[in-house]
Amino acid sequence: MSTPVIEARDLVKRYGGATAVDGVSFTIAPGEIFGLLGPNGAGKTTTILMLLGLTDISSGEARVLGHDPAREPLAVKRRVGYLPDLVGFYDHLTASDNLRYTARLIGIAAEEREQRIATALDRVHLGDVAERRVATFSRGMRQRLGLAEILMKDAAIAILDEPTSGLDPQATVELLAMIRGLKHDGVAVLISSHLLERVQSVCDRVALFHDGKITLLGTVEELGRQVLGGGFAVEVEAQGVALGDRLREVPGVRAVEATGPDRYRLLAERDVRPEAAAAVVGAGGRLTRLSVEEPSLEVIYTRYFENQGIRDAA
Amino acid sequence: MRREGSPWRGLGVVFLKELSDHLTSARMRVLELLVVLTALAAVYGAIQQIKDSTAEDPFLFLKLFTTTREQYPLPSFVSFLAFLVPLMAIGLGFDAVNGEHSRRTLSRILAQPIYRDALLFGKFLAGLATLAVSLVALWLLVIGFGLYLLGIPPGGEEMARSLVFLLVTIAYGGVWLALAMLFSIIFRSAATAALVTLGLWLFLTVIWSALAPAIAAIVIPPDPRYASLGLPTPETTELQTVLARLSPSTLFAEVVLALLDPTTRALGPIYLSQLQGAVVGAPLPMAESLMMAWPQIVGLVAGTIVLFVIGYVVFQRQEVRA
Repeated sequence: MSTPVIEARDLVKRYGGATAVDGVSFTIAPGEIFGLLGPNGAGKTTTILMLLGLTDISSGEARVLGHDPAREPLAVKRRVGYLPDLVGFYDHLTASDNLRYTARLIGIAAEEREQRIATALDRVHLGDVAERRVATFSRGMRQRLGLAEILMKDAAIAILDEPTSGLDPQATVELLAMIRGLKHDGVAVLISSHLLERVQSVCDRVALFHDGKITLLGTVEELGRQVLGGGFAVEVEAQGVALGDRLREVPGVRAVEATGPDRYRLLAERDVRPEAAAAVVGAGGRLTRLSVEEPSLEVIYTRYFENQGIRDAA
Repeated sequence: MRREGSPWRGLGVVFLKELSDHLTSARMRVLELLVVLTALAAVYGAIQQIKDSTAEDPFLFLKLFTTTREQYPLPSFVSFLAFLVPLMAIGLGFDAVNGEHSRRTLSRILAQPIYRDALLFGKFLAGLATLAVSLVALWLLVIGFGLYLLGIPPGGEEMARSLVFLLVTIAYGGVWLALAMLFSIIFRSAATAALVTLGLWLFLTVIWSALAPAIAAIVIPPDPRYASLGLPTPETTELQTVLARLSPSTLFAEVVLALLDPTTRALGPIYLSQLQGAVVGAPLPMAESLMMAWPQIVGLVAGTIVLFVIGYVVFQRQEVRA
């Protein structure tokens, strides 16, 4: 693996007596989409602000493109694009004027400024409304304008805080496609979200936040194996005699649960659908439904805390 | 710990953006209209009065700023300024920082490669420049109006005095601008910040001048020996002056008095010893007038700096997140 673009080691943020972020460590590789997932108030935004040098780090260390955000904030902010939660723009200015102001702040040379603004706006499909006031923009358009700002900045890292919150399903799909486009350009993307399902689809790796700590970290599949015990849960609906025992004998199946009359749930190490079907048919049963459950973050997350609860109670 | 890079990076960009925002905003237009109309009314009144009572005053032109028309109770030009400049400054500054919070632009702007210093200082300078532009325009307007209607050209010293007066008026606006910005940093709601600043302004301008003598009389009760002669007690009067000078309005009024009325010999209580040998009614040279008002002028500038620094410190420590 190449040198990580973001490295966080034991980041801690304390506000007075309360600890908002409690020893968070992770790394992000170039061109990777990394998800910081978890409920509101879990410390995701605070972690992001520490990485950008916008808030002090109480203890621990952060490296963004080799720079310490606390000591060299300008070097970090020059290369990192940030789309804050519910991003705002100057309503009385047009979309391109808003970008022009940031372009000047970034220090983009005057001769390439207009070209870069136009290209960025076109890429997020806002080229037609470039000269319209932002006051008339919808939530989704504002988010896209924020993304255009990152594109214009030619950032090596894009940090997106809750980019899909408050968007309708279609706008979400569009935005996620644009985020994939960023990855295609070789930009490392850090996304924070409390909407697990939506973001799961674009993330290479995720970190699940809870109470200021990262409780789980890895690819969705890895987390599934780690938390759900097996990677796969196969649902079988079939009528027949003693099918449960037959299914239990299928190689790769670790456990069989009867979830209802003629319904079974198999926990398996791999996708055992063909074998399960053969077993049912071999036993003279009538197979009516067969499906495999993809491990979803939502399930992993809920299951993890259920397990945690059991462990705490014990 | 030394920060990398210059704190002034982006200052010019912020300054120009804020300046253009101010100059094109509806709020600014209304304030300018208000100031110009009232000021012209006051000057017109002054000119009528001067025409009615033309005397051998060597500083006739300065009277333009300070005279009021006797028939109508219309305040003079300087009293209008003393009242409207704070209003304008507060109007420019009360939502400087909390406006960025509520528009949710602050974290996006601060994520660009600039320090907070540039943002705050750029905003302050833009506000001050806006004030300065309007006041210079107003000053030129009044002078032109006076030239046209009085038909007397102003003397060199008159011009110099009124120019210093212009600079002091800008500094006076700076105090209120810094105060308004300080509250815009402290209070997250622009309405609260505006109300608190306006409240403090009314308190310092209207109530404080009435409260200062009362407090002075309580702290140092008048001496019955002076009272029996119908004279104020010197110590009480001195304390009263000190207290009153805590208000920028008092300082401004005193500077105006010294600069625009050359016959003013002292600000605050005068002792008999100071009057010995003085030719009452004779004007002081400009350098002397300036010397007399110098502490007040420095006080206004220092007040601006102190208020700005407090705001700066609070802003640096503030969390970006709401």
